[in-house]
Parts: sequence; C-alpha cells; structure tokens
Amino acid sequence: MARITLDNLAHSYSPAPKGDADWALKPMSLTWRDGGAYALLGSSGCGKTTLLNIISGLLHPSRGQVLFGDRDVTTLPTADRNIAQVFQFPVVYDTMTVRQNLAFPLKNRGLPADRIAARVASVARMIGMEDRLDRRARGLTADAKQKISLGRGMVRQDVNAILFDEPLTVIDPQMKWELRTQLKALHREFGHTMIYVTHDQTEALTFADEVVVMSEGRVVQAGTPQSLFDAPAHTFVGYFIGSPGMNLLDAQIAGATAFVDGTAIPLAAPYAPSAGRVQIGIRPDAVRPATEGLPFHLVRVEDVGHHRILRGEVAGTPFNVVVPEGEPIPAGFDRIALDPARIGVFVDDWRIEPRERAA
Amino acid sequence: MMDKPVNNRAWFLVLPVLIVVAFSAVIPLMTVVNYSVQDTFGNNQFFWNGLGWFQEVLESDRIHAALGRQLLFSAIILAIEIPLGIFIALNMPKRGFWASLVLVLMALPLLIPWNVVGTIWQVFGRVDIGLLGHTLAAMGFDYNYVNDPVDAWATIIVMDVWHWTSLVALLCYAGLQSIPDAYYQAARIDQASRWGVFRYIELPKMGGVLLIAVLLRFMDSFMIYTEPFVVTGGGPGNATTFLSIDLVKMAIGQFDLGPAAAFSLIYFLVILLISWVFYTVMTAQRETP
Amino acid sequence: MTRASRGSAVVMTLYLLFLLVPIYWLLNMSLKTNAEITGAFSLYPLNPTLANYRTILTDPSWYMGYVNSLIYVVMNTALSLAVALPAAYAFSRYRFLGDKHLFFWLLTNRMAPPAVFALPFFQLYSAVGLFDTHIAVALAHCLFNVPLAVWILEGFMSGVPREIDETAYIDGYSFPRFFVRIFMPLIASGIGVAAFFCFMFSWVELLLSRTLTSVNAKPIAATMTRTVSASGLDWGVLAAAGVLTILPGALVIWFVRNYIAKGFALGRV
Repeated sequence: MARITLDNLAHSYSPAPKGDADWALKPMSLTWRDGGAYALLGSSGCGKTTLLNIISGLLHPSRGQVLFGDRDVTTLPTADRNIAQVFQFPVVYDTMTVRQNLAFPLKNRGLPADRIAARVASVARMIGMEDRLDRRARGLTADAKQKISLGRGMVRQDVNAILFDEPLTVIDPQMKWELRTQLKALHREFGHTMIYVTHDQTEALTFADEVVVMSEGRVVQAGTPQSLFDAPAHTFVGYFIGSPGMNLLDAQIAGATAFVDGTAIPLAAPYAPSAGRVQIGIRPDAVRPATEGLPFHLVRVEDVGHHRILRGEVAGTPFNVVVPEGEPIPAGFDRIALDPARIGVFVDDWRIEPRERAA
Repeated sequence: MMDKPVNNRAWFLVLPVLIVVAFSAVIPLMTVVNYSVQDTFGNNQFFWNGLGWFQEVLESDRIHAALGRQLLFSAIILAIEIPLGIFIALNMPKRGFWASLVLVLMALPLLIPWNVVGTIWQVFGRVDIGLLGHTLAAMGFDYNYVNDPVDAWATIIVMDVWHWTSLVALLCYAGLQSIPDAYYQAARIDQASRWGVFRYIELPKMGGVLLIAVLLRFMDSFMIYTEPFVVTGGGPGNATTFLSIDLVKMAIGQFDLGPAAAFSLIYFLVILLISWVFYTVMTAQRETP
Repeated sequence: MTRASRGSAVVMTLYLLFLLVPIYWLLNMSLKTNAEITGAFSLYPLNPTLANYRTILTDPSWYMGYVNSLIYVVMNTALSLAVALPAAYAFSRYRFLGDKHLFFWLLTNRMAPPAVFALPFFQLYSAVGLFDTHIAVALAHCLFNVPLAVWILEGFMSGVPREIDETAYIDGYSFPRFFVRIFMPLIASGIGVAAFFCFMFSWVELLLSRTLTSVNAKPIAATMTRTVSASGLDWGVLAAAGVLTILPGALVIWFVRNYIAKGFALGRV
C-alpha cells in the first residue's frame, strides 16, 4: 500500500495539443494518503476515466508524474504497478470456478499452493462467497461477479490501490446499496487505498472520505463530502452536488451586503470588490419562506417524503427552497429569507473568501 | 427472446419461404426418396424395391472406401483450418487502414467460383507451367499430383486450406473484436501470461463463432465436389474420390438412380448426424456449470 | 509490445503471400501467350499481352457466360431476400406453432449436399420446362441461400428493440408500410450482409448451375470447364477467364468491407 501523488499531471490525446480544448486533463496536482477512500466525481466526459487510466497504467500522461509512495511509476505498465481494478461491467474468467478466479492472480505470480489456498479462503470470507467457491463464474449474477473481481484485487495482500470504475452500473438497485455498504466495511477493516470513479453523487458522497470533483478536464474541488456541500469552491460543485443543487443568483456586492435585482441581502462578512461576473449561491435548505426579503415567485410544490421542494423563480432565475417535513408553508408568501452564514460568493464561477479571512 | 408473444398468424410471414424451399428442397428430396425405394428396367417402369438399395449401399465396399476418405479429409481439414484460423485471427491488425486491407485480401479466395479455385491450383501445381510444381521440382522433389495419391491429397488439402482458412479466421476475428478492453486490462493486472489471456479470455469468448466455424467447415468439407473434381477428377485411381464425386459418378455418370438415391439419403443423414454431434458436444461443454 | 506486433506482421505477411501468390500466378498467365506459358518458365510476363482478354470480351459464347452468371446471381439474391425478410421477422418477433422445428429444418437445408440434389433438380426443372433458364438456377440456389439469409436477418432483427414496432403500430402504420419505411432502414446493414452472402454463395457454386443449364443460361464457370476439355491447352484464355471471375467478388468485398466483420460476428448459437 502506498500514498499516491499526482504531480503536475496533464494529458492530451492529440500528439500536438494546441488550445485548451485539446487537453483531456488540465494540469493538476493531488496527493492521496495511504489507506484513504477517494471518489472521482463528475459527469461523463469530464476526464475522470482518463485520470483513472493514467493511475492504472493504461495511459501514459503527456506531462507530469505519478508516484506510488516515493516511486515514480509514470511510465510503468499496468502489470508492474500492483494495483487492482473493478470495472464498469463485471470482468470474470467465465470458464473458471469462483475459486480459480480468486487464485488466478496469485498463481500467475508463482505463489506456493498452500499460501494461495489460505488467501483464497480468507478473501472468499471477506466478500461473502465461501458457499459458492466451486461454482462456475459464468452463471453468477452481476453483483456476484463484481464481488469476484473485487476479490481478485484484494487477494494480493500488497496492492497499492484498488480502483473502481463505476462498478455499480449494471447492479440491481437493491444490491447496489448492499454492495456499497460491504465495500465501505471492507475498507474500514483492511484499509486499502480505494479510488472510486462515478457520476453518481450519492455513491461518491457515501463512499469516500474525500471527493475529487472534476469538470471539463479540471479538478474543481477536492474535499470531504461536508466541505463540498457547505463550501463549494466552484459553481459547478454547488450545482452538481446536492439535490436539488445550489441556487445561484447574479448579484452586486458592496461590503457585507449583496444586491440581487435591487433587493439588499445581508452577508455574514464584508467582501472586497472584484471585477467579473459575481454570483451568490445558497443551498435550498438555508432558505425560508418569509414575509419580507427577496421576492420569490412560486411555481409548484414537490413533496418528496421527508421534505418538500418549492420550485420557483427569483428575478427570472430558477430557484428552489427546501422546507422540512412538518413545517408549514405560509399561504400566498412571496418573499424568502436567506441564512447569511450560508451564502457563498462566486466570481467568474470560483468561490471567493470574505475580506478579513482572506487577509 | 423469452417473452416473445405467441402469434400463429406469423405462419403467413413464413409462407413464402416454405413455398420456395418446398420447390427447391422438398420436392427434389421426395424424388430422391421415391427413387431410393424403387427399381427400374428402363422405360420409366418402376417397381417397389423396399430397402434393397439401402442395403446395397450400406454393404458397398466402394462407398465405404469413399466414406473413409471423406471422413479422413474432413478430419484433416478441421485439424488444420481451425487452429490456423484462430492463429491468423489473433495476428490480424485490429483497426485502421491495414485492418480493412487485410480483411479484403483475406476474403478474396472466398469469392472465387469453386471451379476457378480448382483451376488455379491445377495450374499452380503443374510441374511444367505452375509456380508451385516447378519450384518443388527444382528443389528436387518428385512431385506429381496427377500420378501420386499422396501428392494429390497434399495438393487438395493445401488448396482447401488456401480457400477456406480465411473464413475461420474472419469468424474468430469478429469474435475477438467483441471482447471489451476491460478483459485485457484485468488480465494485465492479474499478470496473466499470453497463453493465459488466450486460454481464459479469448478462447471462451470465441466459443460461439468457433462453433459456427467448425460446423460450416465440417459441412462444406464433407460436401466438397467441384475443387477436387477440377484438380484430380477423383484420381489417381479413386484416391481423391470423395462422397460427392462418387455420388455424381453414380447418379449422372452411370445413371444408377436407385442406389444413388439411397446413397444420397444416407449421405445427408450422416452430415446431419455428425453436425448434431458437434453441436451437442460443443454447446454442452460451454454450458456445464 | 513492439516485438509482438512485429511477429504479427510477419505472420500476416506470410499468410497473405500464401493467399495471393496463386492468384498472382493466374494473373501472370492471363497476360502471356500460350507459347510463352508452355515455353520458358518466367515469374512475370516477358511480353505482356491482353489478347486473352480480347478473346473473351469479343466472343459472345464467352462473355454471355458472365452475363448469365450475373443474371441468376442477382435474381437469387433478390428472391432469397424477398422471402427471407418476412420469415426472419416472424422468427425474431413471434412464437408460433412449430417455430423452433421449422427454423432448425430450414437450417438443415444448408447441410444438404448439392450433389444429392443435382439429379432431382434436373428432372424437376425439365419436367416443368424451366431447364436452361436463369430462374431455374436462381431457384435451385435458394436451397442454401434462403436458410442462410433467414438466419443472418433474424440475428440483426433481434437486435432491434420491439418497442419500435409497437410505437409504429400505435402511430397508425400498417404492417407493410412499417416494414418497408421504418424497419428495413433500421436493419439496412443486416440486409447488406445477407445480400453479400447470397451473392457470394450463388456466384461460387458450379455443380447445380452447370447441371441445370446447357446453352441459354450457361454460367461462366461452366463455360470455362467446357473450353478446357475441348481445346485442352488454351491456358492463357482459361487464366484470363478465371481472373475475370475474381473481379466481381473483389468489387463486392471492397464495397462491404466495413460490414464483413459485423456480418461474421453473428456468433449467437
């Protein structure tokens, strides 16, 4: 197991990249500690699969370095990296039994038979497949197959990291939850470094200690699920994470006050004036129906069980408010109040800090 | 596949096929059955002969010999073309201009009329004007496919390999193309050897197309007629007289309709039987839990 | 990596040489005079001549062979597809009484040795007055092409979701209009592949086409065999005729090259 460092990494599929658009991955530096659970989150085409392929050794980056511990593995082939990978579609050796599947990586590395048998037995217990060890892999369900490919990775005790490439895509919904819980438990118990690629925020936020959000080949934010939720560094993160996502409104800032369409909104701290497009962002659950404040035009109410979503508009921009269960919605309200402590300010899509904290 | 609705009116859609196939298969086959149980003294007068012709055919040394040659020939063809076809498929370029070019060049022998295939090899193997025969003679081999049974067999086998290996290779190639990259990546991670990748990934994934390849090559090699007929005419002696050649000799050459018809039916049944055995064995192997 | 791909290149080069040298030899001979062929042995024509091709292209008994072959091949392809399309649709969309047996029985026709059918075909077509016509050969070739076409098309059709049919019927399409306007374009590549295989097997077959024709519909392949036995030694013309029979196939492959792999990929048994 090892710490993983991405140092100034960038990749382009074209041999002579010209503009920004030619880079599938824009320069990035990240460090992942040994034994952490990380998620790469982003919509399709954001570069997360490219990044995963660079870590697994399928692709060699155009620039920068990949370090496992202190060892530079940038140009090493997959086989020499000592990683494991679980793919989008279950990859098992159809003609082998479950036992043979699990033993295969060890056999190829020439381990003695008794060590192999012991490892296979303990991995089978971990993934809960002891009772099916002598079944042919071909006939198993998709989630069982995914467990086998996970087991094939964990059977080697010295893996540097286990990579997951949207591993729950073909799994039935009820099994998804079970498999994810099991994964989490395995991580807690055995402490492998795990990197989980997904476009599903629930999967990323429930699985990872730290989530790396990517958009258009760029890492827009890396942080704990809580920090992504509370303090998104980029409007994309604010919008992408949370359901519904963060509300964003064009505004002018003067000190500790923001003006939206002429209405003054108090902020928690003063901000330095800045050039560019200024927006304020607020989570739908930090907004309350009110009798005075920002004018709000309600379009419809959605009841989603444990809370209700008020869909509407503020100054012509779609705006959502979340009202917890049990709390009444005042009839005919047309104003909303924003919690000053939870308002974020964004300039040209990037979050800026208040004046004194920035200084 | 499982949840198709039951609709017996679908028979109307199948009707045109039935009419055409009735005309091109059922009626001729009935004629064959009819001949197989009758005898004639000419003048279109027939009388019932029961299973006499079948008995005669089943006891005929001549047909036993032809059947033996045919089985040996098909066995050799399968033993060469299936492994060679797989090997070629593994070495074909995967994409790009070369892949297209190789595909087209490989398909070329498949679209040459069968007697022209025979002609090509008949000429190619001649010692006086053919490159192959001439080269072999120049190297000191006493090669003559017209007089020497071994040379005749070798020529016909090489010709069939030339003619049909590409079909096996193209089928396997299509099977290989459908394997997702993730399998190869997983094999790299597991440090599988090249042999391991072939044995545990490529071969299992080719199973379906391989079955088709084996069946097609078996059936077509078992029915081979035109190519050896052009090259050797069934000779020297009867050395390359395969079942179809013998049958045509009997039916059209000697006009022995009864025995030829009985022979035909047995021939057809043997093909069906062996194909069924191949099919059952190969699918059973794949389906074992 | 590089060593492996170099190995592949060597394998493929050797294999392609094995495939192409005999064809080259035919081409080489077709460009020589008979005197040169039977005279000094040479790897390429010393005095290239198109005389053999001229002979074929100016003599109706030669070039009509090509015309006849093309006529019955095209007729067979059209006929096979016309009957196979609705049948394949029925097999891919519905279950009906005896469907599995029928499908299997159709396929067994592909296993019937043409030699078995040669004589009965001859008698049948003579009896109904179709002997020595193009349609006779086209019909006879349906024996193996119809099952094949049904099989290939069924594979492609099963790949089209049934919701498309249902949507079209809800939108008020009649079956024939739906089939021609919506469904056939969807499986166009499948039709192409099936047509390719029908063309191929009809073009290369000789035993039936020779048995069922004498003069008016005689295929080029049969013309060749007769000429060989008659004049015996006209190697140049024979080779030129052979080269000309390769051309249509080569053209067809070139046009469908991107579909070949797909057509072969129907490995679902």
